[in-house]
Amino acid sequence: MAFFLETLLGGLMAGMLYSLVALGFVLIFKASGVFNFAQGAMVLFGALSMARFSEWIPQWTGVDSLLMANVLAFVMAAAVMFVVAWAIEFLVLRHLVNQEGATLLMATLGIAYFLEGLGQTLFGSSIYKIDIGMPKDPVFILDGLFQGGVLINKEDFYAALIAAALVTLLTVFFQKTATGRALRAVADDHQAAQSIGIPLNRIWVIVWCVAGIVALVAGMIWGSKLGVQFSLATVALRALPVVILGGLTSVPGAIIGGLIIGVGEKLSEVYLGGYVGGGIEIWFAYVLALGFLLIRPQGLFGEKIIDRV
Amino acid sequence: MSKKIGDVILDVKNISLRFGGVKALTDISFNVKEHEIRAIIGPNGAGKSSMLNCINGVYTPQEGSITFRGQTFDHMNSRQVAEMGIARTFQNLALFKGMSVIDNIMSGRNLKIKSNLLMQALRVGPAQREEEEHREFVEHIIDFLEIQAFRKTPVGQLPYGLQKRVDLGRALAMEPQVLLLDEPMAGMNLEEKQDMCRFILDVNDEFGTTVVLIEHDMGVVMDISDRVVVLDYGKKIGDGSPDEVRNNEEVISAYLGTSH
Repeated sequence: MAFFLETLLGGLMAGMLYSLVALGFVLIFKASGVFNFAQGAMVLFGALSMARFSEWIPQWTGVDSLLMANVLAFVMAAAVMFVVAWAIEFLVLRHLVNQEGATLLMATLGIAYFLEGLGQTLFGSSIYKIDIGMPKDPVFILDGLFQGGVLINKEDFYAALIAAALVTLLTVFFQKTATGRALRAVADDHQAAQSIGIPLNRIWVIVWCVAGIVALVAGMIWGSKLGVQFSLATVALRALPVVILGGLTSVPGAIIGGLIIGVGEKLSEVYLGGYVGGGIEIWFAYVLALGFLLIRPQGLFGEKIIDRV
Repeated sequence: MSKKIGDVILDVKNISLRFGGVKALTDISFNVKEHEIRAIIGPNGAGKSSMLNCINGVYTPQEGSITFRGQTFDHMNSRQVAEMGIARTFQNLALFKGMSVIDNIMSGRNLKIKSNLLMQALRVGPAQREEEEHREFVEHIIDFLEIQAFRKTPVGQLPYGLQKRVDLGRALAMEPQVLLLDEPMAGMNLEEKQDMCRFILDVNDEFGTTVVLIEHDMGVVMDISDRVVVLDYGKKIGDGSPDEVRNNEEVISAYLGTSH
């Protein structure tokens, strides 16, 4: 039982990180109807700038405290993500209003490669580490309940807390504010949104900014766990099944989808892996997503849009 | 019905619009007076929607000018036009399908919302009160359009006739001075058409909203319009009261064909 719980918790923590990346996809899709292939590149870009600024800022300013340096680095990195969002809107999206989804997808594919290159040119291409002072030591919980307790990683626990806070914030923003409503309106129909006076350009900057910050947080957490390196950009591919499972238009869907996939991967590896020779973890998520595409293409929580022919 | 028709509020002068070699509109001029119902009619492909899209800022005509309340504009986008007080509905519904009826109509209040993002999120004082005021206004529109039962329904799931009403509701939520309606009765059955006519007349009557509407069904238009512009192949072939237009030779031949 303790071992099962341990696996479950491990899966939930891993899933939380998938959720964070998936969230970036959902945000941009919800607000602009664009499937943003550059989300992974944005995670890498955010993590790289965070890692480098936290290294440079003590050198430039002589700030000693780790916390202070990290806060400043986060602010700088957030500013960088804002510039990226603004540039994407100004240079690319503005010129593609009312274009087909496929056109926009190709544009984000281009942005992805460009950002990956630019990030490494600006910030270097070695492996960097982010140290945000999260405790790395594992702890035992529920000692009283099971013999030996359940082992969890403190770092994962804090990461999950940060992710949960972020999600709550975003849900309020989308569902409860007039700006959130305008964002959803833009996602559904550009032209109609303009006709009621919603400024498309500003909305897009806002949403890419928010997605940039989410990417930064995701990059920061992944980076502090695994180090910042080029492979972070491919994390986005791991999050694809998550958005299919949760639904492209649902913030809670991204979270729950991420958790299901995190847990599913771990449990299937541990309990089924033995029978098929292991390696389930790598393809489990994709098979699950494929199944969903066949049975419930809008995902668990996605909006089912009925198109009249 | 004794309503007061005011001065010219919207003046369209010598508009020409081309798409490459195709002339969509050639030298069109007409005006719209305050509080009137002005119809633009014509057979399919006459350029009615193009005309509406020019007024709405979707297309920029190559020649001509449009003056709204004394202000002339030639390069405007839809958003700026919306800010000036012109709202529109769409021929092929352009609603926010995933959102509820309430949210769709509330989105029409977008320009009226003054509180900033942070205040909205925290729901502090003025933002909360503002949201409630807008909500009240929207409820009024919902009552007016008789769609109370569908408040929370995602618009994509409503039948076509009701979607058309929501489209109208969203435009009304902007409290526009001029309402542009692009074939509000297209694809409707007789009963739905009658309902829609009633709503248009009521809007015009109760709120004094000036209405510019496009329709290719002559019958409906003649009943509710004060004045009618007739387009054919991008040219204006008639302009006047429904009776004048009905007896206009050119209009008759455009609709019925000429005997040679």
